[in-house]
Amino acid sequence: MDFVFTDEQRMIAETAQAFFTANATSERTRAAMAAEGIDHALWLAFCQELGLSGIGVPEAAGGAGLGLVELAIIAEAAGAQVAALPLLGSLALVAQAIAAGGSDEQRTAWLPALLAGETIAAHVTATDLAADGNRIFASSASVAHGSAAQLLLVSGAAGSWLVRADAPGVSVAAQTTMDQTRPYARVTITGAEGEPLADGGAGAQAATNAALIVLAAEGLGLAQAALDRTVAYSRDRVQFGRTIGSFQAYKHRLADMMVEIEQARSAVYWAACAVDEGAEDAQLAVHAAKSFAADTAFRCASDMIQLHGGIGFTWDHDAHLFFKRARALQTMMGNGDWHREQIAAMVLGETE
Amino acid sequence: MKLGFSAAEEEFRAECADWLTAQMAGEFADIKGITTLTEKAERRKEWEQHLGEHGWGCIGWPKVWGGRDASLAQQVIFAEEYARAGIPGRVNHIGIELAGPTLLTLGTEEQKRRFLPDIAAGKTIFCQGFSEPNAGSDLASVRTKARLENGEWAVDGQKIWTSLAHISDWIFVVARSEEGSKGPKGLTFLMMELDQPGIDIRPIRQINGDAEFNETFFDGARCPEDSLIGAVGDGWRVAMTLLSFERGVSTLGQQMAFRNELDAIIEAAKANGTSTDPLIRQRIAKAEIGLRLMRYGALRMLSNTDHASVDGAALTYKIQWASWRRSLGELAMDVLGQAGEVTDHDGYEWPMLPNLFLYSRADTIYGGTNQIQRNLIAERGLGLPREPRGEA
Ligand SMILES: Cc1cc2nc3c(=O)[nH]c(=O)nc-3n(C[C@H](O)[C@H](O)[C@H](O)COP(=O)(O)OP(=O)(O)OC[C@H]3O[C@@H](n4cnc5c(N)ncnc54)[C@H](O)[C@@H]3O)c2cc1C
Repeated sequence: MDFVFTDEQRMIAETAQAFFTANATSERTRAAMAAEGIDHALWLAFCQELGLSGIGVPEAAGGAGLGLVELAIIAEAAGAQVAALPLLGSLALVAQAIAAGGSDEQRTAWLPALLAGETIAAHVTATDLAADGNRIFASSASVAHGSAAQLLLVSGAAGSWLVRADAPGVSVAAQTTMDQTRPYARVTITGAEGEPLADGGAGAQAATNAALIVLAAEGLGLAQAALDRTVAYSRDRVQFGRTIGSFQAYKHRLADMMVEIEQARSAVYWAACAVDEGAEDAQLAVHAAKSFAADTAFRCASDMIQLHGGIGFTWDHDAHLFFKRARALQTMMGNGDWHREQIAAMVLGETE
Repeated sequence: MKLGFSAAEEEFRAECADWLTAQMAGEFADIKGITTLTEKAERRKEWEQHLGEHGWGCIGWPKVWGGRDASLAQQVIFAEEYARAGIPGRVNHIGIELAGPTLLTLGTEEQKRRFLPDIAAGKTIFCQGFSEPNAGSDLASVRTKARLENGEWAVDGQKIWTSLAHISDWIFVVARSEEGSKGPKGLTFLMMELDQPGIDIRPIRQINGDAEFNETFFDGARCPEDSLIGAVGDGWRVAMTLLSFERGVSTLGQQMAFRNELDAIIEAAKANGTSTDPLIRQRIAKAEIGLRLMRYGALRMLSNTDHASVDGAALTYKIQWASWRRSLGELAMDVLGQAGEVTDHDGYEWPMLPNLFLYSRADTIYGGTNQIQRNLIAERGLGLPREPRGEA
C-alpha cells in the first residue's frame, strides 16, 4: 500500500508551501483584491522561478509531466494562503484543455505563454454558445478572473473555442464580487473570431477533472489553514482566566474540524490518484472530492469566524478571505447537492 | 502515491476470498449473514476453531504462535474478504485483537506459550473486564480490589458492560492492588479463568433486545500469583498498551461489513421507491462518500509507516466511522418507514437494518465515547490544554 506522498511529492509540497507562505501574504493578497484579484508578480514568480506551473501538463505538450496529485499539492498550498492567482483558469482549466484537446499548433501557440504566466486565460461556460463558421456568440456573467485574461476558452454545446480577449466583438465587464481574490467578469461575445479546440470533448473532460480537483484541493488547504490559525489564536486569547482553547466546547469544535479535514484529505488525494490512474470510479471520486472538500472548507472558515469572536468579523482580519473563498468553492462548477446527486445516480445504478 | 494493493496482495485476496466463501457455502452456511454478536454462539465458537485449524485464526501473529506472519496489508485484506463473504463478527475478537497482541508485547515466554496457541486455535475465548459502574470513560478510577493471599490473587468487586462474558473462558481485569491508591497508580492487570465459584455473570439486556454484555461480579475470585501481565502496580501501562490495539487492523477492514449495510439500504430504497426522493438520494450519496473516505483514510494510515508523526487519519478514525454508522442507521429507518418499526420475529428481535439503527447507538459509546474522542483529538492532535480533573 502506497497511499502516501512519494519523496518527490513531499518535496513539491514543501517547496510550494514555503513559497506561498512567504510570498502570498495578506498585504499582497489585499493589494490584488483592490485591483483584478491577481497578484501578477506572484504569478510570474510562481511560473518562472518556482517552475511548478507545468505540473499536470504532459512533457510532450511542453509541461513538466507528473499528474493531478502534484497539481493538487500545489493547489492545496495556494489555497492555504487564499492566494490571488489564476491557477484555476490559466492552468487547471485552459492549459489542461489545450494540452488534452488542442492540435499541435494550438499547443505550441498557447501553452508556453500560459505556463510562463505571460498569458492569463479564463474559461467561459456559456449555455448560449453558438457558432457561425468561426464567428462565436456567447455570454456568461461569471467568468472567474475574466477581466485579467488575454485568452478565453469558451465552452458550450457547440464545442470549445479559443477566443482572444481583445478580439473585436468581445466585451468584458468586471463585477464586484464577494470573493475578491477570484472576481467574476461578465463576458459577452458577439461574432468575435474563434478557433475551435481540435478535440473539444477531450479538452473539456481533462479541464473539468483538473479544475474540480484543484477546487477541492484549495478547499482542503484552506480548511487546514483555518483550523491552524484558530488553534494558534485559542492558545493566546484568555477569558475567564483561562486560554479559550481550554474550554471543552471550543476544543470539541476544533476536533470536529480536524475530523472533517482528514476526510477531505483522503477525498482530494483519492480523486487525484483515481483520475491519474484511470480508475473505474474516478468520476465518483471527483464528485466526492469537490463536494466534500468545499463543504469542509466552508464549515472550517465559518467556525474560524465564530471561534475568533468579534475580531473575526472585521475586514482587517483574514478570516473573511477564507470564508468568502470557501463559499465560492462551494458554488463553482456545481454545488455539493449537484455533485452528490450525480453520485446518487451512480450508486443507485441509474447510469450506464 | 498510489491507490490499491500490489498484484501479490491481490493474489492473497483471491486466496482468502476463495477459502472464506467456500466455508460459507459449505459446513458453516448456517451462520452466514448473522449480524448480532450473540446469535448461534456455540456454532461460532466452532467456526473460530475451524479458522484456527486452517491457520486463519490470527494471521498477523508470528508462525510459532499459530499465526502466518501476515503483513498489515494482508491482515486488512483478510478482514475485508471476511466481511465481504457475509461471515458474522469474530466471537473471540477480544482475544485476537486485544489480549493476544498485549501478550505478544508484554507477556512472558511462558504466558505466550500458555495462551497464544489456544487463542489462535479458537479454544480460549477472552473478554474484557475494564469498565465498572463508577469507572467508564474515567477508567483510572476502577475500584475492583486484588490482594495476594497464600500465593494467589483474591479479587473482589464488580465489572460491567463485559461483552460476551457469558460465552468466554477468560477475562482480563484491571484491579486496584495497592490499598488506598488513586487513579492510574496501584493498578494490576490480571488474567482470570471465568469458570469458578467466585465469579458471577449476569446478562444485561440492551436496547435492541439482545444481551451481548454482562455484569461480572467478583467475590473472592482466585487466580495464581503469576496471572499478571507486567509488574504489580503496572496495570495502567498494560491497559493503555492494550487499548492502543483497539484501533486494530480489523477495524480497517470493517468498511466491507459497512458496505453490506449500505448496499442493503440502497436495495431497500430501490424496492420501496424512496430512491426517487431527492433528500434520500442526498443522504445515500453522503453515506457512499463517507464510506469511501473511511477506506481511503484507512489506506492512508496503513501506508504511513512514519510513526514519528502524529497520524491525523488514525486519531480521527474512531469518531469518523462511529458517527457515520449511526447516521447510516437513521438513514435505514427513513428508507424503511414504518415497515422498519415492526419485526416478523416472535420475540423482540430485529432484522439487519432496524438492528443497525438500534445497535449503532453503542458505536459512539464503547471504545471511547465521541466526546472522549474529541478530547483526544484536541489534546493529542491539536495540542490543546488537557481537561481539568475533579477532586473525587
Ligand atoms: C455495547 C457495549 C459494549 C461494551 N463492552 C465492554 C467490554 O467488553 N468491556 C468493558 O470493559 N467495557 C465495555 N463497554 C463499556 C464502555 O467502554 C463504556 O460504556 C464507555 O467507556 C463509557 O463509559 P460509561 O458507560 O461509564 O459512560 P460515562 O463515562 O459515565 O459517560 C457518560 C457520558 O458522559 C460523557 N463524558 C464522560 N467523561 C467526559 C469528559 N471528560 N468530557 C466530556 N464528556 C464526558 C460521555 O461521553 C457520555 O456521553 C461496552 C459498552 C457498550 C455500549
